[in-house]
Amino acid sequence: MLDADFFRRWMTATAASVEHEAERLTALDSPIGDADHGSNLQRGFRAVATALEKEEPGTPGAVLMLAGRTLISTVGGASGPLYGTLLRRTGKALGDAAEVDEAEFAQALRTGVDAVVQLGGAAPGDKTMIDALLPAVDALGRSFAAARSAAEEGALATTPLQARKGRASYLGERSIGHQDPGATSSAILIAALAETAGE
Amino acid sequence: MKMLINVAETVVADALRGMAAAHPELTVDVENRVIVRRDAPVAGKVGLVSGGGSGHEPLHGGFVGPGMLSAACPGEVFTSPVPDQMVRAAAAVDSGAGVLFIVKNYTGDVLNFDMAAELAEDEGIQIAKVLVDDDVAVTDSLYTAGRRGTGATLFVEKIAGAAAEEGRPLERVEALARQVNENSRSFGVALSACSTPAKGSPTFDLPPGELELGVGIHGEPGRERRAMMTSREIADFSVNAVLEDMNPRNPVLVLVNGMGATPLLELYGFNAEVQRILVDRGVPVARTLVGNYVTSLDMAGASVTLCQVDEDLLRLWDAPVRTAGLRWGM
Repeated sequence: MLDADFFRRWMTATAASVEHEAERLTALDSPIGDADHGSNLQRGFRAVATALEKEEPGTPGAVLMLAGRTLISTVGGASGPLYGTLLRRTGKALGDAAEVDEAEFAQALRTGVDAVVQLGGAAPGDKTMIDALLPAVDALGRSFAAARSAAEEGALATTPLQARKGRASYLGERSIGHQDPGATSSAILIAALAETAGE
Repeated sequence: MKMLINVAETVVADALRGMAAAHPELTVDVENRVIVRRDAPVAGKVGLVSGGGSGHEPLHGGFVGPGMLSAACPGEVFTSPVPDQMVRAAAAVDSGAGVLFIVKNYTGDVLNFDMAAELAEDEGIQIAKVLVDDDVAVTDSLYTAGRRGTGATLFVEKIAGAAAEEGRPLERVEALARQVNENSRSFGVALSACSTPAKGSPTFDLPPGELELGVGIHGEPGRERRAMMTSREIADFSVNAVLEDMNPRNPVLVLVNGMGATPLLELYGFNAEVQRILVDRGVPVARTLVGNYVTSLDMAGASVTLCQVDEDLLRLWDAPVRTAGLRWGM
């Protein structure tokens, strides 16, 4: 069973990974975006870590909803609303339960990813965070480790794609050959999840 | 890249503190990143709120004041502001007559303003929104986020601002703002890439002998890259691209806008070419504005925006305005 502490540790682990990977994310965002994905997420997840320490939410749902709200209030750009919605809607789907099992969490995360699809209007293959998140959700039924591999493969697989959403879409064919920074940060989020579960 | 900054993290806050010191006629909330005209809320007047990433100065904070915006929310450099800023701005300027959000068509701006509109409405503030999407360089909008909002933002903010100042109600100001956007078309070129403080080096690679045709205000391309051209050739390409997409029967407002690192000497020369083409094409010019208004940090280049106007729109354009970045008649 997964309790509030597990979700707090997931968010803290994500914050640490984002801190570590910020420069790489910004470098990926440079040729096809505007070179700020790393610094934006860094600002957001630092705020998440601070908010979780201060408020100490007691349920898995409350942890993720607070994290999502904090991202919306601090990140800006498209990443703020998209990551904020992902975590907020996942948290909302978890409800008030003090603990959730892995299947319940997988189902809730699917709800969160669906909300991101609806908000951003991206489909698989559009070279966005969806290309890492959807395969991760599908694999989460098997294990956290499988979700991590699926997300990483999904992020790598964005390289040959042509962007159809977000700022990279204006590059048209010239977006081909670059790994999508949003899919990469999504893979970091899922990798932190597997790390937190000890897988 | 050398920059006149302390550290990247404080660039926006530092600029806001400096702006506050230079413009006591504005209320600048540095911590929450909201710039409000000092006398807001003005009784009976619709509030106008715009915002977007920093790095496009004087857009938007430089357009706050009587006759134009009521408030602006600057985001991080090239990153849209967050909903909290917009809600705070709306609350500061709402006199009960409602608030118009002027949003440039970028995914981040659209999503954050949408969220802000919901939150502000929950607080009992009536919100209307207008999306600016004037950039004709984006051709396959089916597979992109759609046409970008660029130079026409200035026309929308000025004309809607004058209409609000006259006391027109929210739905009329909104309709007018939409009309100005529909009447406007833009095309931009980059001669060099820009450097964001966070990255510290050019955000894209543009070799010295080449230029990028159809850029947006972050340097995102739209059409093609070519060997460097003369001012005359660039004007021909840009104005033709605009006129292919609009067929003005009325006079137009012309904005020849610098991207940040192109001197006025070059912009005025470029404007001479733009005016020559408009005369040749039989397009009457009502007013012309030349300068750095919707910039992209230190990017060299320019954009051309035309806005077709009738008598009402022209009168509103000429109406007095007093902001840091645009000022006439008062």
